[in-house]
Amino acid sequence: MQNIMREYKTVREIAGPLMLVDDVEGVTYGELADIKLDDGTIRRGRVLEVHGNKAMVQVFEGTRGLSPGDVRVKFLAKGMELGMSIDMLGRVFDGSGQPIDDGPPIIPEKYLNVNGNQINPYARDYPNEFIQTGISTIDLLNTLVRGQKLPLFSASGLPHSRIAAQIARQATVLKTGEKFAVVFAAMGITFEESEFFIADFKKTGAIERSVLFINLADDPPIERLALPRMALTTAEFLAFEKDMHVLVILTDITNYCEALREISAARKEVPGRRGYPGYLYTDLSTIYERAGRIKGKKGSITQIPVLTMPEDDKTHPIPDLTGYITEGQIIILRPLHTQGIYPPVDVLPSLSRLKDKGIGVGKTREDHADVMNQLYSAYAHGKNARELAVVLGESALTDEDILFVKFSDAFEDKFIRQGEYENRTIEESLHIGWQLLGMLPTRLLKRIRNEFIEKYYPQSSN
Amino acid sequence: MMDGTSGQVIKVSGPLVVAKGLAGARMYEMVRVGDLGLFGEIIEIRGGEYSIQTYEETEGIGPGQPVVRTGEPLSVELGPGLIRSIYDGIQRPLDALARDFGEYIVRGARRPALDRTRQWDFIPSVHVGDLVTGGDILGTVQETAIIVHKIMMPPGRSGIVKRISPVTGDVDTEVAVIEEKGSLLSVTMVQRWPVRDPRPVKRKMPPVQTMVTGQRIIDMFFPIVKGGTACVPGPFGSGKTVVQHQLAKWADAQIVVYVGCGERGNEMTDVLMEFPHLKDPATGEPLMERTVLLANTSNMPVAAREASVFTGIAIAEYFRDMGYSVALMADSTSRWAEAMREISGRLEEMPGEEGYPAYLGSRIAGFYERAGSVVCIGANDRRGAVSIIGAVSPPGGDLSEPVVQTTLRVVKVYWGLDDKLAFARHFPAVNWLSSYSLYQDTVDEDADKTVDTMWSVNRKRAMSILQKEAELDELVRLVGVDSLTTEDRLLMQAARMIREDFLHQNAFDDRDTYTSPRKQFLMLNLILRYYDEIRTGLSDGATLEALLNLNVIEEIVQAKLIPEDQLEQFDAIERDITNSIRALVW
Ligand SMILES: Nc1ncnc2c1ncn2[C@@H]1O[C@H](COP(=O)(O)OP(=O)(O)OP(=O)(O)O)[C@@H](O)[C@H]1O
Ligand SMILES: [Mg+2]
Repeated sequence: MQNIMREYKTVREIAGPLMLVDDVEGVTYGELADIKLDDGTIRRGRVLEVHGNKAMVQVFEGTRGLSPGDVRVKFLAKGMELGMSIDMLGRVFDGSGQPIDDGPPIIPEKYLNVNGNQINPYARDYPNEFIQTGISTIDLLNTLVRGQKLPLFSASGLPHSRIAAQIARQATVLKTGEKFAVVFAAMGITFEESEFFIADFKKTGAIERSVLFINLADDPPIERLALPRMALTTAEFLAFEKDMHVLVILTDITNYCEALREISAARKEVPGRRGYPGYLYTDLSTIYERAGRIKGKKGSITQIPVLTMPEDDKTHPIPDLTGYITEGQIIILRPLHTQGIYPPVDVLPSLSRLKDKGIGVGKTREDHADVMNQLYSAYAHGKNARELAVVLGESALTDEDILFVKFSDAFEDKFIRQGEYENRTIEESLHIGWQLLGMLPTRLLKRIRNEFIEKYYPQSSN
Repeated sequence: MMDGTSGQVIKVSGPLVVAKGLAGARMYEMVRVGDLGLFGEIIEIRGGEYSIQTYEETEGIGPGQPVVRTGEPLSVELGPGLIRSIYDGIQRPLDALARDFGEYIVRGARRPALDRTRQWDFIPSVHVGDLVTGGDILGTVQETAIIVHKIMMPPGRSGIVKRISPVTGDVDTEVAVIEEKGSLLSVTMVQRWPVRDPRPVKRKMPPVQTMVTGQRIIDMFFPIVKGGTACVPGPFGSGKTVVQHQLAKWADAQIVVYVGCGERGNEMTDVLMEFPHLKDPATGEPLMERTVLLANTSNMPVAAREASVFTGIAIAEYFRDMGYSVALMADSTSRWAEAMREISGRLEEMPGEEGYPAYLGSRIAGFYERAGSVVCIGANDRRGAVSIIGAVSPPGGDLSEPVVQTTLRVVKVYWGLDDKLAFARHFPAVNWLSSYSLYQDTVDEDADKTVDTMWSVNRKRAMSILQKEAELDELVRLVGVDSLTTEDRLLMQAARMIREDFLHQNAFDDRDTYTSPRKQFLMLNLILRYYDEIRTGLSDGATLEALLNLNVIEEIVQAKLIPEDQLEQFDAIERDITNSIRALVW
């Protein structure tokens, strides 16, 4: 449909981030629009619904200061696209994909639709390559593999940014012949948090291998809807066309979801739980499912989304629906943080779903799975007993219980706790694990095969 | 097939397109939308406006673009080549799409569901002059090493065989000509069926045959039967998908249809990569040889997700009609319900509970009703069965939500997954106190005959030990461990062993992932035997401490690793139990 006059002055309604344009012709769903103000500035919009000659447009920069009579809307006959180039590495962009550092403009090699296409499940390759993050609670207990999506469930005031930065720093250590990149998508975080990441990337030189998309807390919220998609489109370009292993950090998903809720409310849709739209699950999946590996391609996309749980509540729709899509979750816990333990990872409810295929002989070590299972169950036992003791006093515990309580205290202190710049190898993590298991008699190590007990159980402490 | 009547788009809102000018179009008729010819289905007709749910992304679709009728409801292609396939929710073959269009799914991409390049040998089973009716087997095709595909007379048709002979060719090859009321019907190896209509059966029968799954907590405590229905609700990460995969791997069904409905892409890849290497315990052939996969992952269009469950069940019914026992897994029915909710919301229908449409209950019931043990149509009263196992993903793990509640009203088995058990890495995290199976009595009767006369007696004892343990746990929580009698302590020990050494089953351990009913019986029997012996030992004067720390316990723990062909080892352990207690008492 060739179009004639695609610029309209017929804005009829403005409500929240939405704008209703009348008497349009040939407009299509998802089409991009330029919204021209009298003063010459241009805002970006996207068609959310088109009915007859009426188009509903979502305005990314928000509608503040717009008046129906003053704006002209030009439909661009294409979806939202972003120019791609290898030169994006080392650069910083805003939520509409414009460079905001002082560098030269990007000369795109090609343009890609930011909504992407779904990877054909048949073309996927199963993620099974171990990534060493240097953090024991992740490497040994919640192993991350290439192509996985593993979120950090955190809450306000907890050190999730430091942990995400530590992972980015330590997980991208170069092995021979491999190319790494970090794509960082900041949605509605504070200037300080954003600066923290940038400074950290600069300090370690990672910035050269990074692409940053930044939308700060005081930037237009609706831009947060397009931002992760731009970041992931860039990641796909780097991973599947430039053979890089890309680590994508998305923070903070909670802000993204709030922007989505705002649009949904403006459209007067029937709200789901806590006012979030019923399609939140599907919408989030179009972000998270863009992680993975593809058969025959060298690169991969690993995602670490970060979200802050409102009221520390894991059943809140944002963490809940995220957990239903991602391949596990790392939970950051306030009580451990208060005790001064870094990283305060709540080991029991944390989980990496893909760990089983990334560990063991040839990947990490033969005893990895057994040690992992044993540490979990022993720590769970100890924590239970500790709670019991709080209610009923120490006297309510059996000798065995007391042993497990001691174990779990030591576990938190020696295994969970580590330095922000301490980069433990998997061997080191396993070693600490065995030292701790040495506190328990072998009879209680039911989850470990005898051959491994004989080989690794510390002799001195028996 | 194309009806050709063409109308125009008037509205687009996400997956919902409204069109006019489709005079004569019917509810659930398929249409082609827009310049790209996207597939869609009419789901509402009101005052000359047709609401269409579109199975592909609608970006770039707008008013004025054409909508073309096909004259046919959403249908599946049924014939040789289904097995080992991987389809999306509307039966597009993902392998062919990947081959021809690359690693991303592109809109408007089409390939026939059944591969037209594959050749099949058709062997007739009826003769010229025979009278055949719907469901009669006209001939067979060896589809995989283990599956004989039966080419059946389509339901509702009948006539006299005019021509039939052995033939080799693709699925479109004519295999028989039937004279039907004066006109000739050409039968090929492929037939089409509208997915939303249940395929007819002669009679439904109460399902009575046990479906062995090799999963101890299921077979022993909450069994399912061939033709039965089960649901697996649980919060995220509690193990729904692993249970579904385990059943797809090890359940003794002849055909498995696995529907990944709105879940992860990697999980489908996992099945695709693993199944060709795993051997069916019954036939020794790769599991893929009996499997049909449907993958409509969470990021794929919701309308196709809504359809995927029906596509799956229609394929399952087709194999049932051949006389096979089929198991269908749907992971997750909640995502299916959410797809209905999303479409319903776009239609601006009056929302029911939590925004779900008012017809949620009847749709869920209608789906599970398509399970069953049946006498198939056609000659010889073949028996076939479809079992349905649906995962349910309640928001926040809240079991009072509508999808769980409506599902519980129709299914007969409930495997409730518990996140506390999952945190403690007790897998499968099926809660033994809240789960149930309404097929228990049927299965008990069968197992008492075929496995061991003590099967049901042992099961009941073990369950009462677990229930007593829960009461004692409560007591300990309130007043401490000192409140327990010595007898209680022995019971706690037995309960713990039932949990840790019987119920706990590691899906990822080659030796533990599948346990035959015989071995299940022996394992549980061993623990009960130990419990009996320590109680005798106690009254004969042995100390509690000694009884709880016998070396033989280690043998009981390791019993799960005894190979299936060395079950006589259990006798030795039993003797060791008796001897070690005797040694204490003397
Ligand atoms: N039988 C089992 N043996 C060993 N591990 C298991 C078992 N069942 C579950 N797990 C562990 O639990 C993890 C989560 O299981 P699963 O993926 O089945 O959860 P789910 O209930 O399907 O979650 P979601 O709703 O998010 O899809 C697995 O990745 C695995 O680590
Ligand atoms: Mg699952």
